[in-house]
Amino acid sequence: MRKIKCVIIGGGSAGLSAALSLVKQGIEDILILERDQELGGILNQCIHNGFGLHTFNEELSGPSYAERYIQMLETTKVKVLLNTMVIKITQDRIIEYTNPNEGYVQIQADSIILAMGCRERTRGAISIPGYRPAGIWTAGTAQRYLNLEGYLCGKRVFILGSGDIGLIMARRMTLEGAIVCGVAELQPYSNGLPRNIKQCLEDFNIPLYLSHTITDIKGIDRVEQITINQVNSKFEPIENTEKVFDVDTVLLSVGLIPENALSEEIEIKIHSKTKGPLVNESYMTSVPGIFACGNVLHVHDLVDFVSHEASKTGLAVARYLTHDLDMDCGYPCSSGQGIGYVVPMQVQPKNIEINLEILFRVNKPSKDTTILVKDGQRIIKEVKKRHLNPSEMEKIILTKDEISNITEGIQVEVAQ
Amino acid sequence: MFDVIIIGSGIVGSLIARALSKYEINVVVLEKGNDVAIGATMANSAIIHSGHDPLDGTLKAKLNVEGNQMYESVCKELNCSFKRIGAYVLATSDEEVEQLLILYKRAKDRNIPCQLHDRKQIKQSEPNINDAVVQGLWLPTTGIIYPWEVAIRSMENAIENGVVLKLNEEVVGITHSDFYTVKTKQSEFHAKAIINTAGVYADEIYQLINPVIDFSITARKGEYFVLDHLNKPLVNHVIYPVPSSKGKGVLIVPTTHNNTLLGPTSFEIDDKSAINNTHAGLDYVRNQVGKLIDYIPFDKVIRTFAGNRPTGTTHDFIIEESKRFKDFYNVAAIESPGLASAPAIAKMVEELYLNNHPLKFKSDYNPYCRKQIVLSELSIEQRNEYVKKDARYGRIICRCEKITEGEIVDAIHRTCGATTIKGVKKRVRPGMGRCQGGFCEPLVLDILARELKKTKEEILLDDLGSNLLFERTKSHEKD
Amino acid sequence: MKQEMICITCPMSCHLLIEVEGKQVIEVTGNACPRGKEYAINEITSPVRVLTSTVIIENALYPRLPVITSKPIPKDKMMDVMREIDKIKVQAPINVKDVIIQDVCSLGVDILASRSMNKMEHEVNDGKY
Repeated sequence: MRKIKCVIIGGGSAGLSAALSLVKQGIEDILILERDQELGGILNQCIHNGFGLHTFNEELSGPSYAERYIQMLETTKVKVLLNTMVIKITQDRIIEYTNPNEGYVQIQADSIILAMGCRERTRGAISIPGYRPAGIWTAGTAQRYLNLEGYLCGKRVFILGSGDIGLIMARRMTLEGAIVCGVAELQPYSNGLPRNIKQCLEDFNIPLYLSHTITDIKGIDRVEQITINQVNSKFEPIENTEKVFDVDTVLLSVGLIPENALSEEIEIKIHSKTKGPLVNESYMTSVPGIFACGNVLHVHDLVDFVSHEASKTGLAVARYLTHDLDMDCGYPCSSGQGIGYVVPMQVQPKNIEINLEILFRVNKPSKDTTILVKDGQRIIKEVKKRHLNPSEMEKIILTKDEISNITEGIQVEVAQ
Repeated sequence: MFDVIIIGSGIVGSLIARALSKYEINVVVLEKGNDVAIGATMANSAIIHSGHDPLDGTLKAKLNVEGNQMYESVCKELNCSFKRIGAYVLATSDEEVEQLLILYKRAKDRNIPCQLHDRKQIKQSEPNINDAVVQGLWLPTTGIIYPWEVAIRSMENAIENGVVLKLNEEVVGITHSDFYTVKTKQSEFHAKAIINTAGVYADEIYQLINPVIDFSITARKGEYFVLDHLNKPLVNHVIYPVPSSKGKGVLIVPTTHNNTLLGPTSFEIDDKSAINNTHAGLDYVRNQVGKLIDYIPFDKVIRTFAGNRPTGTTHDFIIEESKRFKDFYNVAAIESPGLASAPAIAKMVEELYLNNHPLKFKSDYNPYCRKQIVLSELSIEQRNEYVKKDARYGRIICRCEKITEGEIVDAIHRTCGATTIKGVKKRVRPGMGRCQGGFCEPLVLDILARELKKTKEEILLDDLGSNLLFERTKSHEKD
Repeated sequence: MKQEMICITCPMSCHLLIEVEGKQVIEVTGNACPRGKEYAINEITSPVRVLTSTVIIENALYPRLPVITSKPIPKDKMMDVMREIDKIKVQAPINVKDVIIQDVCSLGVDILASRSMNKMEHEVNDGKY
C-alpha cells in the first residue's frame, strides 16, 4: 500500500491553504484528493467579489482567489488527484478513493486533513409542505448552473432564507434577467452579511420578509405558486398572514452543514451545534492523526478565515508529523451563556506557541456587549463588542501567558 | 390489433404484463406518465406484510399471504432486493393487547409464522422501543422491497419478452364493438381484451366504457418522512402500532437501502392527483410515531413525500372480469396490502384471462432480468474489474449513496431505461441521499443529455413539462 | 444630520456613523480602514458597485468565463454594462485579468477575466498526477 505523510481530502480553499502551509514547514509528501475536475472547490462558482481582503489585501472574485492558491501550489511538489472521490477512511488512516483513471485504490496516510467543506440544507431537511415539482433548488446548485454552465434555472424566483448564497443569487439572477420576487427569512434578523443585504437586495428593490417562511408550494410539474406566512416566536406560521407569489422557481438558502459523512463513519466525535468534528487547539479531531479545518469543521463567513484556519492546521499537522505535539488532551473550551459554539473545543496550553484564537458565534444579535473569557469563575479576558450578530463569526485571541495557568477550562460567554 | 391492453404501469400492471409475456399474445401497456411506477407504487411503505392484518374471507387476506410467499422467487428472477426482516406489532395498553391477540389468532389460522413477545424479549432486538410497550406480535415473514425496482424490473422483463410499453399515453376514451378501441390523447389502440390497473383512476377508466357505476375509488393520502442512514439503526424490523379502523397506523420502517420511513398518514382526499405534503399530515406523523419509540432523530430527515392509495367502496380488492363487458378485467382498489399481494394479484389475473383464452407458452420466454450492478456492494477487486471494462465505474457521481457514472449510464440504456432525473433516481438512487441531489443533479443532467443526445434544457425532472433549466444566459448564443 | 450605514466595501461590514449636511459628508466614524470613508462619501454622493458576471467562452472547461469590472461603476449603469457583457464571446485560453471589454460604456472601466481558463484538449482530466 502506498504511504503518504499527509493526505488532504478536498482541494478547495481549506485544502489548498493547508497544503501550502505544510510545504512551508518542509513537508512535501502531500496528496490532495479532489472530487471535481479542477482545484478550487466552491470558490469556482462564487464569481462575485469580496474574497481575499485579509489574505491578499485585495478584493478578488472566488475563482481569482482560488487561482492564486493553485498557482502557488504548482510551484511545489504536492500531488493532486482530480475527479477523485474518497469512499472511506479508517481510524488508522487508510484511505480508499476512486477515480476513472486508477479505479479503487487504498493508501496509508501518516496524517489526514479533512477539508471537504460543507453542503447545503435541503427542502427535505426543513420539511416544507407542498408539491415536489421541478424548480426547487438549493441556491448553490442554481449558482453552479448559472455561473459555471450558463443556464438560468428560473425566470420568476422566490428565495427562502437570507444566507449569503441566497442573497448573492438574488442579485445574480436579477442581473441575468430573472425577476426575484422576494426573500423570506424565518428569523427576525437576516442571516447574511449586511453588505449582501444592501447590494444584493436593496440595490434591486427585492423585498426581505423577516419572520416569514414558505408554507406551501403549488405546481405538479413545475413550481407555479408559493405561499409565505409570518411566523411567531416559536417559528410556527401565523394564520391569515399568507402572501402568495406566482413564481416558477424556489431557491433555498437555509443553512450550510459541514460535510461529515466520512468522519461519522469512523465515529469521529461531532459537535451538536457546528455539526463538524470536535477539535483541539491543533485542529485534531477525536481520532489521533486526523485533522479538520475550514467549512468541514464549522461554517465560516469568509474564505479568508478558512484559509487562515487551514494554514494553522497545516502548521499543527507538521508538528504532529515531527512528534512535536503534546498529545495530552488538556482543558475543555466551551460556550457559555449567549454563545452558540466555540472552536476549538479542547485546548492543550503546551501546544500554543504564541497565542490561541478562539472563534465563536453568538446566539442572537446584540449591541454594546462584553464578551467574557473565563477559567471557572476567574475572568481571563474581557472584550467589548459594539455589534454582535449570529451571522458574523467572532474571534478572541488569548496570549500564551493568558492561558498558561488554566485550572478548569476555558469558557466564553456574553456578559449580562 | 393487440390481444391485451393493460392500462397503467404500477407494480400491479407491470407484474401482469410480465405474467402475460409468457404466452403467445401481443400485449401493450399504456401509461399516462413519462415513466413506469409513478402512482401508488412510487410512494408507499415498501413493506411485504405477512398477511396477518386483512379480515377473514377477503381477497386481501388470501392474496397477501400468497404474495408474501411469492416475493422471494419473483425478486430472485428479477434480481431485485427483498429482505425478510420481520415485523413487530406493538401494543401499549390492555385494549391493544386484546386486539393483538385477535391478530395473533388470525395469523395462526392462516399458518403465518408468529409469536407473542413481552417487552423484555422485544427490547433485545429493538432496544429503542419505549416503556409504554407491553406486548408485541412477532411476524418473521414480513419483508421489505424497493417497490420501484420490482415494478421497473417486471416491466423490463415483460418488454424483453415482447410486451410493448407506451409512455405518455393518457387514456381518454374506450369503446367496444367486436374489439375494444382505446383512445389516448395522441392516438388509438385496438385490442380484444383490456386489463384496467389504473390505480386511483381505475374507476374513471372503467366509467369511460361503463356509465353505470359498479365501484368507485377514493384516494387516501399517505405522508411520510425519510431519515438518512443512521450510525445505529432506529429499528431493526418493521414496527406497527396495533391497527385501528383507520388502517395500520403510523409505522417505522427500515428500507432496503438503510434509510428509515416514518408514516403514513391515512386521510381521504378529494383530489386524486394531490400528492402534496401538508402541515397537518406531517405533524400527525410527528406526533404518532413517538408513541412507540422514545427518541426519533428528526434532525436526520432528508425528505418528505406523499402518495395516494386507491380505496374501494367494498374495502377489498376488486379483481374480476366486468359483468357487462367481456374480456374487460378490473384490477382496482389495490390499497394496502396491495404491494405485498401484487405477485399473487398478477397470478390471479393471469388465471382469469387463461380461463377465457387457452394460450400457448412462448418457447423463448426468459423469466430473468440482468442484474443491476451496485458497485458499493462489491469488493474492491470486483469494483476494479468493472473499472477495467469501463472507466466510468470509477467515477462517483452521487457522493451520498456512492453511485458511479457507469451505473447511471447502464440505468439509462437498459430496457425500460431512465429518461429523466427522477427516472435515474428511481433506478440507481443518485439524489436519494442527504444532499438530495444538490451535488449530483447537474452531473446526472449532463449524463442524461449526453446519453440521450438531447440539450440540457430538454431534460426533465419527471413528467412532460417538468423541464429543469429555462434558458441559456447570454441569449444570443446559439448552440 | 447623522446617518448610520454599514460599509459594504468588504465583508468586514463596519458600522459607519456619517455626519451629513445636505449632500456634503462632514465626518465618518466607525470605519476600520480608509476605504470605509471613501465608501460613505460615494454612497451619499454617487453610489458605485463592483459588477461581476460571465461571458461565453469556447473550448474551455466550462462554457462561461467569470468577469469583473476593473473598478466600481456607478450603480445606475449596471444594467447598461450587463448588456455589453452579454454580447461577448471569447476563446480559451484566457488569463486572469485579461481585458475582455475595454472602457465599457465609456466609463473608464474595463471588464476583466476573473480567472484563467485553459484551452481544453480533452473533455475531462481524469485522475492524473
